[in-house]
Amino acid sequence: MISTPTRSACSVRDLKKEYVLKGETVRALRGVFFDVPEGDYVAIMGPSGSGKSTLLNMLGCLDKPSSGQLLLGEDDVAKMSDDELAEIRSRRIGFVFQSYNLIQQLTVVENIQVPLFYQGKLGKKESDRCVELAHMVGLAGRLSHRPNQLSGGQQQRVAIARSLVNDPYFILADEPTGNLDSRTTEEILQLFHRLNDEGRTIILVTHEDEVAKRAKRVVRLKDGVVQWDRSNTEESRREAAENAIRNLPVES
Amino acid sequence: MFLMWYRTLQLGIKSLWLHPMRSLLTMLGIFIGVASVIWLLAISEGISLEAQRQIASLGADTIIIRSVKPPSEKLSPQGVTPYGLKRDELDMLVSTIPTIRSALPIREIRRQFQYENVTIDGRLVGCTPEYADVTRLKVESGSFITDAENFRRENVCVLAAKVADRLFPGKDPLNKPVYVPESKDFYRVIGVLQHRNASAAIGGSLAAQDFSNDIYIPIRTLQQRIGDTVAMRRGGSFEGEILELNQITLITSSIEDVKTTASLVENALTSHNDMQDIAVVVPLELLEQARTTRMMFMIFMGLVAAISLVVGGIGIMNIMLATVTERTREIGIRRALGAKRSDIVRQFLVETIVLSVVGGATGIIAGVICNPAISLTRDIIKDRFPQTFAALPEVVQKLTPTIVPESIPIAFGISVIVGVVFGLYPAYRAAKMSPIEALRHE
Ligand SMILES: Nc1ncnc2c1ncn2[C@@H]1O[C@H](COP(=O)(O)OP(=O)(O)OP(=O)(O)O)[C@@H](O)[C@H]1O
Ligand SMILES: [Mg+2]
Repeated sequence: MISTPTRSACSVRDLKKEYVLKGETVRALRGVFFDVPEGDYVAIMGPSGSGKSTLLNMLGCLDKPSSGQLLLGEDDVAKMSDDELAEIRSRRIGFVFQSYNLIQQLTVVENIQVPLFYQGKLGKKESDRCVELAHMVGLAGRLSHRPNQLSGGQQQRVAIARSLVNDPYFILADEPTGNLDSRTTEEILQLFHRLNDEGRTIILVTHEDEVAKRAKRVVRLKDGVVQWDRSNTEESRREAAENAIRNLPVES
Repeated sequence: MFLMWYRTLQLGIKSLWLHPMRSLLTMLGIFIGVASVIWLLAISEGISLEAQRQIASLGADTIIIRSVKPPSEKLSPQGVTPYGLKRDELDMLVSTIPTIRSALPIREIRRQFQYENVTIDGRLVGCTPEYADVTRLKVESGSFITDAENFRRENVCVLAAKVADRLFPGKDPLNKPVYVPESKDFYRVIGVLQHRNASAAIGGSLAAQDFSNDIYIPIRTLQQRIGDTVAMRRGGSFEGEILELNQITLITSSIEDVKTTASLVENALTSHNDMQDIAVVVPLELLEQARTTRMMFMIFMGLVAAISLVVGGIGIMNIMLATVTERTREIGIRRALGAKRSDIVRQFLVETIVLSVVGGATGIIAGVICNPAISLTRDIIKDRFPQTFAALPEVVQKLTPTIVPESIPIAFGISVIVGVVFGLYPAYRAAKMSPIEALRHE
């Protein structure tokens, strides 16, 4: 097997994050080492409070590390100013949240467009691209609906479309299926799978083994450090996908 | 960059539109502030212009000296005390003060006038021919008194428009005799005047005068026929008065000379200080006073305006702070998706500016229709409640608000500034939040 040198989507070196709360220091991350090549599909697992969300927020440039190095593509994020971080978020990061986080007063297409808005890209070409993305995630008939007119799964698709609009380094998803039933979870996972096949890098946080099994690689955090980091074989992934479909509740 | 602001504006309007009632009430503060500023300024400007017009109608180059009845403790208890301006003083002023171009002596006496079986009360005014020019009287028919008539002490008279109407209803008064029963004299009508507006009281020194019941005769005729001692009916009894001249109007050679002339005149008449029986009125000074008063008023109004706009601004700020709290989640989402702090500031600032500018603009519209609105209201009151209308003070009856042109851009500018100033803090609060904390907000 010839290994092609892949570029790194992100590279984390000795990343630490401490929160100081009323004089007490919470050490959420205590030195994480972690590399994600482009095209990878990583599931981050670990007990509650182990620092998964903290790590994801750091990768998503929502927060700055206390120390350590964080490279996103060619950008060294750890030392950036607030405005530069915002700039990166709008240009190169796609975030998907457990609670969808759509803007209520905007339509589906407008929600997808928000990251472009902050890049100052406001033209016709961009709205066309948003419509295209909405089609891609299967919301062709709901372009001008508002979030409260959509189901949870549909809202999460909007969020995924939105995360793709700026052609990001990677899609970061913090428990994206945490609020969804098993059928909708399956739909979202299939969408992720398809996106990954198309070359998108995906990093998601999950509590569910079934979700983690579908990724190419599982990283487990414990007490703010990486406990282990394993790859899933192609077979186990396919098997997990088949199991998931088999175990879906019968439609009534 | 322009597009960015434009889209932010669209966004702002959209989210304001989401709470139309709230936005409307918020704008109301600025609306009322701006409209009331324009109204108050327009009304006070209207009153001030009217006052200035009235003062100016006295003639800016004149000095008016009036005889006033001295306070009762200055009068001797027996008999009738002579008081007021003397003919000698008139001659003295004219001959000693070179800046006086001419002087008009006036003597006024309340009398009854009769023609055939009509009797009316009125005022007999003895004056010189210049009186018509100086007070800008217009002759309707016939002519005003001439020098020759004055010199020869002829028994001729000129009627004010209303007197002519009442004494000679439907008849031509010219060359008809008017009888004055108290002095048993006849005066031949040689002229009828056009209508003349009553003058308002100016300052404390010049009482309001209603010229509609005046009959003008040559002052020399009056002096000869009636003299200085006059008995006047007051209620049931008679009251005596010894007075040579009621008023002298001095016309100076130019406006620049008015002030020096006025002080010379006051010096020359110090003999009256004791009796306090004359008053010197300088319309030019009154005019200047009226202008200072106007400035003071404007400043005062400016303060009121500032206060009301600040109140409006606080209203806006209050709503915006609530909005920021309510939309914390949205702010978090936008920040997570790449909004810089400055983008968030802009978003909220645009909303407050839209609120205050729309409030300000509608306020200006409401301000500009001040004049038609007031005359409409007045017409309605006049039609429906004529008595109430008649009871209103004359200023109100005649009020024509005059929009001060500067007030419009100033009001608009202030409303924009209010929007920015009171929007900054809520916007800053919104932008200050960390994206993660904002996202956690429920
Ligand atoms: N803003 C904060 N201030 C203080 N402490 C924080 C903050 N955010 C996270 N922590 C602490 O950091 C640690 C890691 O939190 P984190 O949210 O990353 O956990 P997690 O692995 O995502 O847990 P869960 O599975 O419950 O979502 C926890 O102990 C938490 O209390
Ligand atoms: Mg978490």
